[in-house]
Amino acid sequence: MAEELLYWQALNRAMDLAMAADETVFTLGEDVGLYGGSYRVTEGLYAKYGEWRVRDTPISEGGFTGLGVGAALVGLRPVVEIMTVNFALLAIDSIVNAAAKLPFMSGGQFSMALVVRMPGGLARQLGAQHSQRIEQMFMNVPGLRIAVPSTPQDAFWQLGQAIKSDEPIILLEHEMLYFTKGSVDIDAEPPPMHRAVVRRTGADLTILSYSRMALFAEQAAAELTKEGIEADVIDLRSLNPIDWDTCANSLKKTHRLLIVEEDSRFAGAGAELAAGLTERCFSSLQVPPQRLASLDIPTPYNGKLEAATIPQVPDIVAAARKLCQPATADAAAG
Amino acid sequence: MERETLHRLLRDMLLARAFEERAAAEYMKGNISGFMHLYPGEEAVAAGVINAANPSDYIVSTYREHVHALVRGMPARKVMAELFGRADGVSGGMGGSMHMFDRERRFMGGYAIVGESCPIAVGVAYGVAMRGLPDAVICFFGDGAMNQGAFHEALNMAGLWHLPVLFVCENNHYAIGTEVHRHSAVPDLYKRAAAYNIPAERVDGMDVLKVHEATLRALDHVHRGDGPQFIEFETYRYRGHSMSDPGTYRPAVEVKAYQAHDPISAAIKEFEFSYPKPEEIAEAGADHIDRLAQHLIAAGHAHDAEVEAIKAEVKQTVEDAVQFAATSPEPTMDAAWQALNCNRHDEVLI
Repeated sequence: MAEELLYWQALNRAMDLAMAADETVFTLGEDVGLYGGSYRVTEGLYAKYGEWRVRDTPISEGGFTGLGVGAALVGLRPVVEIMTVNFALLAIDSIVNAAAKLPFMSGGQFSMALVVRMPGGLARQLGAQHSQRIEQMFMNVPGLRIAVPSTPQDAFWQLGQAIKSDEPIILLEHEMLYFTKGSVDIDAEPPPMHRAVVRRTGADLTILSYSRMALFAEQAAAELTKEGIEADVIDLRSLNPIDWDTCANSLKKTHRLLIVEEDSRFAGAGAELAAGLTERCFSSLQVPPQRLASLDIPTPYNGKLEAATIPQVPDIVAAARKLCQPATADAAAG
Repeated sequence: MERETLHRLLRDMLLARAFEERAAAEYMKGNISGFMHLYPGEEAVAAGVINAANPSDYIVSTYREHVHALVRGMPARKVMAELFGRADGVSGGMGGSMHMFDRERRFMGGYAIVGESCPIAVGVAYGVAMRGLPDAVICFFGDGAMNQGAFHEALNMAGLWHLPVLFVCENNHYAIGTEVHRHSAVPDLYKRAAAYNIPAERVDGMDVLKVHEATLRALDHVHRGDGPQFIEFETYRYRGHSMSDPGTYRPAVEVKAYQAHDPISAAIKEFEFSYPKPEEIAEAGADHIDRLAQHLIAAGHAHDAEVEAIKAEVKQTVEDAVQFAATSPEPTMDAAWQALNCNRHDEVLI
């Protein structure tokens, strides 16, 4: 039965169901308990499950993420909440040196059913230290899986799947998505956790995106249709692994690729997507893949400047329009 | 102390010394590569602490962990095979000298990032406490690790939630090449645990009987639910930090000062940029292993022939371990991928 839920409520529901079903599931992080979570994701759980399973921690990201790693070694299913992706930089050792490597270094002896949740992405005028996108750093770490839900339904599904998995998983949420609303079917069978989804179909170009930018891409596609341009919009839902087949099938039809990413352009997630799809689909592509990314600059506090550093819907429309111009027109312009 | 325990302590220390000296020799021959950190001089700590633990307790170690692994009961063959990087190693040849793991023996690993193991040990303890189990977690680290943020974050959480951890500081006086007075504002390291309301004491880490007794006492507190405990064992490593470290930063004057407490260090001739040879150590007089052997003999718990028999047995065990390691196959790339995906099971990702 489907119901309308906010993104944070969908996450909260997934947490509650997982904790009720399996007593090895517990969550920890700053203000997840008594306070109810900075973005309300753990609201109500402290009263329901008690302090051992909903643990308020000191401000010690490296320490409590490492605690999660140790608990996972002995068969628990910790869900670590890091208040923002920026603070995860203090937990990089626990995530990269420990969680991603212990099962491997032990020759396959230990499970690592660890989930590390955190909001990534730009919010509103929080300054450079609270506005980073570091998904590309995690992408380059073998042994980590990264889910990037853009809808309440995916947030519900992917958190539930991540908790059930025995592998370490980063769940990258988004501060600007917590209060978006969408239909969530609690009972529906979810697709595999890392499968991409085609949000909208069209034959003229493929717009490939993830997280909040996937919503922008859909809005841009609605604009483009007014100009007679029909876009396939793919929401990746995952950054590791990547569902290359869904992307390649789309490119066989559209022959044009526009990647929209919120992280900075240089060596960003889009670079891997462009390279991976060029290798796989070179003969399908009529024009080189294009990346629309954030500027390579720390995020300014000023609101107008901040908005100018990340892709906006009109930017996506313009980039798509340009990509769909006939090759001859391109040559003439050049 | 029971005769059986005394014999086990002596046997573990003799095996440890023989194993590590042989590992050094195999390293020089090129059979072992990478970073390798040896334990000679510190044997009393591993033997005394780990023999005081229950089989159901957990051990979280460091990168200087061959001897912790051996004392915990990992077969010397499998530890040596891991050093050789072979398929029969404890970690299948994927870990190496610094990453020995043995799930069966609750040996939760060697960690190569100084201090990172402390929060992990606290996490293991959290799991124990959350399930209401009586087990303890023994967390080894060196004096150098005590300056990491992770160490302090871990002690704070352990103290805050009364977690069942015994923190064991192996104070060998050097953070690689920086002596403790030059790296810690409080050189009495055990005092730093007071900041987190964790009972702590300093114990002579060169006397295995004292180590064992202090550990039994501390573990009793942990098992009874009294919360975390902390012991600083003062010890000394005879070799450099690792095989690539000649240890030249330790000035002769300091080594001489140390001689008052440890007769073995008399043999350390730093100015010659060389390790003490086994004969030189023997010439210097009784070290902590010899002292235990003499204690056993004097107390009537053993006689010379028995000690010699143990020495012969551990020598044979080490020889056998090297032969086993040398003939163990190289792991395959398939095995590496299997190790990476060991927790995938039948999960469909895409």
